[in-house]
This record gives sequence, structure tokens and C-alpha cells, in this order.
Amino acid sequence: MQRSPSSPGPRWLALSGAALLTLTACGGELGGGEGGGSGGDATLTIGYVTPQTGALAAFGEADAFVVDQMEQYFADSPVEVGGTEYQVEIVVKDTQSDSVRAGEVAAELINDDGADVVLAASTPDTVNPVADQCEANGVPCITTVAPWQPFFFGRGGTEDEAFDWTYHFFWGLEDVEAVYQDMWGQVQTNRQVGALWPNDPDGNAWSADFPQAVEPNGYAITDPGLYENGTQDFSAQISAYRGADAQIMAGVPIPPDFATFWQQAQQQGYRPVIATVAKAILFPSAVEAIGPTADGLATEVWWSPQHPFTSSLTGQGAQELADAYETDTGRQWTQPVGFVHALFEVTVAALEEAGSTEAQAVADALSSLQVSTVVGDLDWTAGPVPNVAKTPLVGGQWRATEGGEHPFELVVVSNSEAPEIPTAGTVEPLPR
Amino acid sequence: MSWVNAVVQGVLLGGLYALVAAGLSLVFGVMRIVNLAHGVLAVVAAYGALVLGRALGLHPFLALLLVVPAMAAIGYLLQRGLLDRALRGGELAPLLVTFGLAIVLQNVLLEAFSADNQRLSVGALGTSGVRIADGLSIGWFPLLAALTGVAVIAGLGRFLARTRTGRAMRAASDDPEAARLMGVDDRRIYAVATALALATVAVAGVFLGARSTFDPAAGATTLIFAFEAVVIGGLGSLWGTLAGGIVLGVAQGLGAAVDPAYGVLAGHLVFLAVLAVKPRGLFPSAVTA
Repeated sequence: MQRSPSSPGPRWLALSGAALLTLTACGGELGGGEGGGSGGDATLTIGYVTPQTGALAAFGEADAFVVDQMEQYFADSPVEVGGTEYQVEIVVKDTQSDSVRAGEVAAELINDDGADVVLAASTPDTVNPVADQCEANGVPCITTVAPWQPFFFGRGGTEDEAFDWTYHFFWGLEDVEAVYQDMWGQVQTNRQVGALWPNDPDGNAWSADFPQAVEPNGYAITDPGLYENGTQDFSAQISAYRGADAQIMAGVPIPPDFATFWQQAQQQGYRPVIATVAKAILFPSAVEAIGPTADGLATEVWWSPQHPFTSSLTGQGAQELADAYETDTGRQWTQPVGFVHALFEVTVAALEEAGSTEAQAVADALSSLQVSTVVGDLDWTAGPVPNVAKTPLVGGQWRATEGGEHPFELVVVSNSEAPEIPTAGTVEPLPR
Repeated sequence: MSWVNAVVQGVLLGGLYALVAAGLSLVFGVMRIVNLAHGVLAVVAAYGALVLGRALGLHPFLALLLVVPAMAAIGYLLQRGLLDRALRGGELAPLLVTFGLAIVLQNVLLEAFSADNQRLSVGALGTSGVRIADGLSIGWFPLLAALTGVAVIAGLGRFLARTRTGRAMRAASDDPEAARLMGVDDRRIYAVATALALATVAVAGVFLGARSTFDPAAGATTLIFAFEAVVIGGLGSLWGTLAGGIVLGVAQGLGAAVDPAYGVLAGHLVFLAVLAVKPRGLFPSAVTA
């Protein structure tokens, strides 16, 4: 679902830079570690791995707010596990958007910081290496913000062979396919879909899965082929879509590529009736950057202030949490706010359920955990595969606001997959 | 018609590549430095125009009036303060220094502006185009970018050929010691060259920032394509860089027309082919020999 840093060419500078900086970053963090979590001092150490710099940094922007909030919360209300009150220490490690470094910092958390539980969020490139590291070291691990298929199948999981230590919550491709089709069905089109799939883990998964999911329902996909991230010219795709008169456009491009594509589409006169775009228009800043032509673009919505859920820790509703984020940071809410918050909810629920901070007990508790969080009711006994709990998914459309608080608002327009989440409108065709 | 379209769009894209690569080409031609911070400096210029747009409401093109001199000044100081010293450290030192500079600048931008995607808005110019024939439309903005690329290359070429400083620059490039004997202050000449290069980078950065969105990490992609344009065209040759940009753009366009997977790849393959067959590029400059 994510901006993938996996295109080695264009991003090499950033990544090699990240590698150089690794040295300094480690030095700084090691000094502060006192090897907590050894039990006797009644301190719980929660490690959190997240991309805060580099290509995926937009995903990490909610982290500082959530971690601050959690530190305050835990200071006021220590976690009670098996009759003992524990102080909670949260150690945050930046992956610098590098999947190799994600695995390395996870190992640091386990070996140097003595993390009792490791959390990770944002893209398979972050989640998978962290989970693999935890699985190898026998440390409970909770992850989110990556579709569950790459987390489970991408790491070699099968129906028979699941994981012992690593647990995930998010939606999957089947959900986004259903949500997109519901949105397409709300407008009058010729059911011709132009697909913009990049040659990265997301694009590969979507291009392989989408046709079989939508073609039985009468949609025909025009897929000119996977392109490289960083492509500067989309004339070939635009010609193909125009040739097929694709009134529906769907894709999972990274933000700059979509901005390039969309501008060229306008220049060359390709104007679909509806465009459902993942990844590129996830964050309000990316939508604002596209400019006025972003009005009416549709995307999948995993969390919004309108989600009728409440935090099991702070008691805040989704709206309250989003408001707190906006007040605290002065920025428009983003979807990861709820999910990063939920990571800590799941951690506490698992510890309380386990009644012990012992790793095996926590992992056992996770395997059958049921908890209501600010992103929905999570149930690890009802997942599509072991280790996975699904979260509800709806569809939304970005609408330009005239003189509103923010230039664009994300309006929920499809809830066929999660009727408990209210809609605030229906899909409107893109301006012609 | 789709082939014609691919070539036309490729040529326009090539003009933009040439605009981006012009400064890289100049700096290499004069000092043999491959400036790895080139891409990030373009992003810095784009942020400069963004800040001016927000603070003063300046159109990105008007903001160039301030961003270009500012970047030129930065270039002059950069050469005097940093690169001159690095040049004395052997061939590898400038490479490492500019690489380090790229990382530092990228992280400074991240601290200052966050990872948000940004864009310079040029209004309707950005999205309007003219339809030439069925299946062939040209956007005004890509056309303007390509023409600017040609103009910048032509301007630099005239400067090198016609002005006293330009001639001194070529002399310092040919043989720094002989130039010094003739009274050319090569350090000042180098600083002027870097200033000029960064002035062109400023123009390129604003066009890139209006063409698509950018974030602090956006410089790497820019650098790769600019570098390829310079190498394909011939190291140190300005008109070669224009040709190299167009060859790269057309290769990408035609590759994508065959299959979108081959777009970027076709550009890289042409780059490799040129390196293998004509390592000095298609139009090697006598100056850089």
C-alpha cells in the first residue's frame, strides 16, 4: 500500500546515504540504553520500528505525536500485568526507509535494548524484515499498515505453516478490490479500466490479482504493463487508455509518479470519469501538491475521524484522536494516526491477556487476542490466515473545500465492505 | 501515431533532461568534478521558489528572479569554501564531498520542510495542451521546459565562446597551469563556473518542481537522468548534453511505447551501450580531452 523504496536505481543515493548515517544514529541511541526490560526493575520496553526519514517518511509523521501521547499515558497509568505495575519505556528506531536497516534496528531493539515487544508499521519493506527478525529471535512482534498478503505469504507463510511470534492487523487486496468496484459502480461508465501498475511489490501484487477479481463483474482492464518507479513520461499509458476509452482509471503509483502522470493526462486530454488511486493520494499533503486537479480523486480509506471506534487506552473516539493530532501538530489528520495508536492498544491488551511479560505467554495471548481498538474490532481467531486480524476498509473521495480549514477533505463515499462506518456522500464523477 | 507521439514526447522530455544536465555538464567540463549534489541542489531551488511563493505570492517563474541569483551566489561560495579544497585532495575527494553534501542537504530539507510532497503551481499552464492530431497532443508546459533547456544550453555555449571569462574558462579547463601563466585566476574561474551551473540548476529545479511533485528525497532520480544525459552526449560538451538528453528522452519514450516496463530500462540500456561503444559519448568535446 505504500511508497516502496525498492526501486534500486533512482533511490540509490538516498539509501546509500542512509547507510552512512546509520553509524552516527546507532552511536547516539546506544548511549541512552540501560538494557531495560530485565524484569526486576518492573520496566516494560516496547520497541517501535518506523520509517521517519527517507522516501517513506510521510508514513512516519504521525509517530512523534502518538509516541508522545503514549509516553504520557503510560506515565499516568502504568500497565498492570499479572498483579505487577510496570513502567513503560518506548524505544523508537528509524529505518530511514531502508528495509535492510529495518531488520538491523529490530535486532538492536532485541539484543541491546531488551525489548519485550517489538512494533513496526508502514509498508511491507518495513514490516517484513522486522517481523522476520522477531520470529528468528523469539520476540513477540505486532505490525500494521501493510496489506496482509505480503506480510503473510511474502514471508513464506502457508495455511499449515504459520508464524509463532509475529502478528499483524490490516486489510488485504480482496478488500481494496471490493471497495474500488463499489465506487466504480456508483458512476455511469463503459466499465473499461485503465490500470497504472508500477513494477514494485505493490504493483506486482495488484496487477496479478485485480483482473480475476473484477473481470467476472464485467470490467475490462487495459494494462499497458508494469512501469518502473521514477518514470518521467506516461504518454504510452495515456495513449493506451485513450485507445481503449478507459473511463475508469485505477493504480497504485508512488506520489511523484502519479503527479507526473496526472499532469500529462490533462495535457494530453485523457479525462476518466472516476480515478481510484492507492498510495499516491494517501496523505493530504500529496493531494494538495497535485493541485486543483486532485478534486474528485478516489482512494481506499482505512481510518478516518468518522470511524465509529474508540481507543481502549485513552477512551478517545476516532474524531477526538484526530482532533488531538491536529491541535498538537497543526497538521491535517492522516490515516496512520489511528493505526499507530492501535499498535499500542494491541500491545497492552496482549500483555494484560497474557498476565505475564514472558515472551511465550505474550505470543500465546496474541494468537487468540480479541480487542476493540480505535481502528475497529480486531480478532486474531477470525483472520483469513493465522497471525492476521483484518481491519475494515471503506472508500473515500478527495473534495476541494472552498475556504475550508484544509484545502481538501477526504469524504467517505463507499461502505459496502464495512456498513458500520458511515458515509458522508456518494461518488461524484470527476470534473470533465 | 503512437510512435510519433512517443518520439515527440521523448524529445520534449529530452529538452528537460538537457536543462537539468546543463550545469552538471558545465562543472564537469571545466573542473572534471561530477557533482553528486546536483540533483539535491535542484530540489533546494524548488524549495526556494516554494518559500517565495508562499511568503510573497510569487509565481514560480517570477521567483526565478530571486532564486537564480541566490543559487549562483551559493555556487560561488560552495566552490570557494568547499570544492576548491576538495579539488586539492585528488580525484576522489570532490566526489565524496559532493556526495556528503547531497546527504546533508537532503536531511536539512527533511528537517525544514518535512517529507510532504510539494509542488510549484503554474496554474492552467501546467495542465493545458494543444492537440496536433488524433493521438498526438503537446502540453504547453513540457514544450516550454524543452525550449528553456535549448535556450540555457545555447546561452552557456555563447558565453563560453564569446566572452572573456568564457574563454578563460575553456583555457583553465584545457590546461590550468598554462592558463595561470597567462594570468587567468583559475580559482575565480572555477567559482564563476559553479555559480553559472547552479544558476541553471535553479531554473531546472523550478521546472521539475512544477512538472511533478517533489520531496527532500527527489534529487536522486534527477541526478541519475542528468548524469546519463551528460555521459551519452559526451562529457563536457554542452551541445552534446542537449543531444544526450534527447537521445535519453526518446529512448525512454520508445521503450515505453513497446511496453511501459521498458521505458526507464531503454534509457539505461542506451546509456550502457554508449559507454561500451563510445565511452567518451556521442559528441565528445575537444576541450575535455
